Amino acid sequence: MIEIQHIDKSYKEVRALQDVSLTVEQGEIFGLIGPDGAGKTTLFRILTSLLLADSGTATVDALEVVKDFKELRKHIGYMPGRFSLYSDLSVEENLNFFATIFNTTIEENYSLIAPIYSQIEPFKTRRAGKLSGGMKQKLALSCALIHKPAVLFLDEPTTGVDPVSRKEFWEMLKNLKHEGITILVSTPYMDEAMRCDRIALIQQGRIMTIDTPQQIINRFGNKNSTARTPGQALEECFINLMPPTP
Amino acid sequence: MKQFFAFIKKEFYHIFRDIRTMLLIIGIPVAQILIIGFAVSTDVKHVKTAIYDPSHDTSTRQIIQRLGAGEYFDIIRILQSPGEIDDLFKKGEIGFAVVFSENFAGNLYHTAGIAGQARNDNAASIQLIADASDPNQGTVATAYASNIISGYQQELMQQQSIPLMIIPEVQMLYNPSMRSSYNFVPGLMGLIFILICAMMTSIAIVREKETGTMEVLLASPVKPVYIIVAKMTPYFILSWVNLIIILLISVYVLRVPIAGNLVWLNVFSLIFILVALSLGLLISTLVNTQMAALLASGMGLMMPIMILSGMLFPIESMPKALQWFSCIVPARWYISGVRKIMIEGASVRYILTEMAVLIGMFIAILTISLKNFKTRLA
Repeated sequence: MIEIQHIDKSYKEVRALQDVSLTVEQGEIFGLIGPDGAGKTTLFRILTSLLLADSGTATVDALEVVKDFKELRKHIGYMPGRFSLYSDLSVEENLNFFATIFNTTIEENYSLIAPIYSQIEPFKTRRAGKLSGGMKQKLALSCALIHKPAVLFLDEPTTGVDPVSRKEFWEMLKNLKHEGITILVSTPYMDEAMRCDRIALIQQGRIMTIDTPQQIINRFGNKNSTARTPGQALEECFINLMPPTP
Repeated sequence: MKQFFAFIKKEFYHIFRDIRTMLLIIGIPVAQILIIGFAVSTDVKHVKTAIYDPSHDTSTRQIIQRLGAGEYFDIIRILQSPGEIDDLFKKGEIGFAVVFSENFAGNLYHTAGIAGQARNDNAASIQLIADASDPNQGTVATAYASNIISGYQQELMQQQSIPLMIIPEVQMLYNPSMRSSYNFVPGLMGLIFILICAMMTSIAIVREKETGTMEVLLASPVKPVYIIVAKMTPYFILSWVNLIIILLISVYVLRVPIAGNLVWLNVFSLIFILVALSLGLLISTLVNTQMAALLASGMGLMMPIMILSGMLFPIESMPKALQWFSCIVPARWYISGVRKIMIEGASVRYILTEMAVLIGMFIAILTISLKNFKTRLA
């Protein structure tokens, strides 16, 4: 579903991405796991045709991200890391607006967003800027889903969201996976990484390893680990894989 | 098309829900035109006046009395020689001076006999000298004085059967071209439309970049031209509302009449508004923060308009290089066109050049902006 080959991207001095290659299968929840500044957002922007890579190629849903960007933009849903809806528009107005610019209506794909949107529907006349963090994020997800995209790009969707809402959010992603939507999600949280089908650990623009979370723990975890949760075990792997600081 | 209308609806929501923006759009033009309009047309009162009267006869004394009687002139100095006048003006002690000719009453009644053949050398003449460094005060003061003198003249004529001649000789110091207050309305219109349209559109587009919503819009199938035109439409409509308000104020409050064709004045103004909107668009493609957009449209556009559009300084008296440079200032063409059609009452064929230039500018700026509008980030 997503094919990335040897992508390089630099901003002046900083090499944001170095020789990144990965493949995401249809209907998979794929996690990009890494600290701030690892290059996650840059990769998202390249895949959503918002940035041009310096070299390398990428296809999403068999569409080339540079050449076929117009067609591509019809088939993807993108939720940037920052809350990017109109805070002076109400919940319903936001959703209506995004439905219209994707050439659809709320009614057409209501069943898809219903499990998410129904939770914020009681507040549909409220301005988006006045919503709580968790509700903002549900609205943003609804807006990104309203046109039933083939691939969903979620850039740190749970950053700054309370634990309960985070848990709910991942339940929703699971449901979307069952609808056949491919999801590429980035997160700095290791417990969330455990919920992905496969993950890529990314650090300073380089992918260190790609595998299922459990396999990564088996391969790179500490032999006599004191970690009490899989998330902690994964974090240990991350530290083990870190390139030695010069 | 549905996408497009959804966009326009959204833009109107943005505008109507932001009270400060609304006040800015409607309030600033009204405030500006009222402030400048009234500052320019206020009554002139208590002008410090000096008199030089070498003849000391009944007529001059009566005229002086009348000048001093009203609240317009405060006679503070009776001069011994006309040579003092220049000095007093330069010191700023007086704003107006009246100089009678020698043997005033004698000449007055003498020339009456040979009416119609009055010559300056022996006519009863009064020199009115005004400090026109403030041109408005200068004109108004001379107009008052001329009125008082001709009123006196008419009274005399009712008493006498023969016509009497007093020739007021008006001399404007420091600003001989005397630009009338009428000229401020077209200038102000040019300024306001550039400020409102260019500033508002550029800010509206850049705001989407700043809040991150542009990222979502760009990742959607919506056409860039929709985003742009939808941004311009509400401001185009609001500018038209502004135009109507400004015209109403200038006609009914400032008493500046519309001498020419109202329809063409509207058409011409709307073309200029389009130029201003496309300028705002151009700015928005060049900057990334609302602050930068504000500075670019505020400073980058306002200063050239104030100085080079002919609003404050006549273009004809500029150095050649600046005259050429002023040709690329859209407001120069607009102000010149509005002066012709609104103040002088010229028909539309006299502003065809201005119209053509503005249409050309609109097409050029819009093309550049559309080319410049990025379909990706950074």
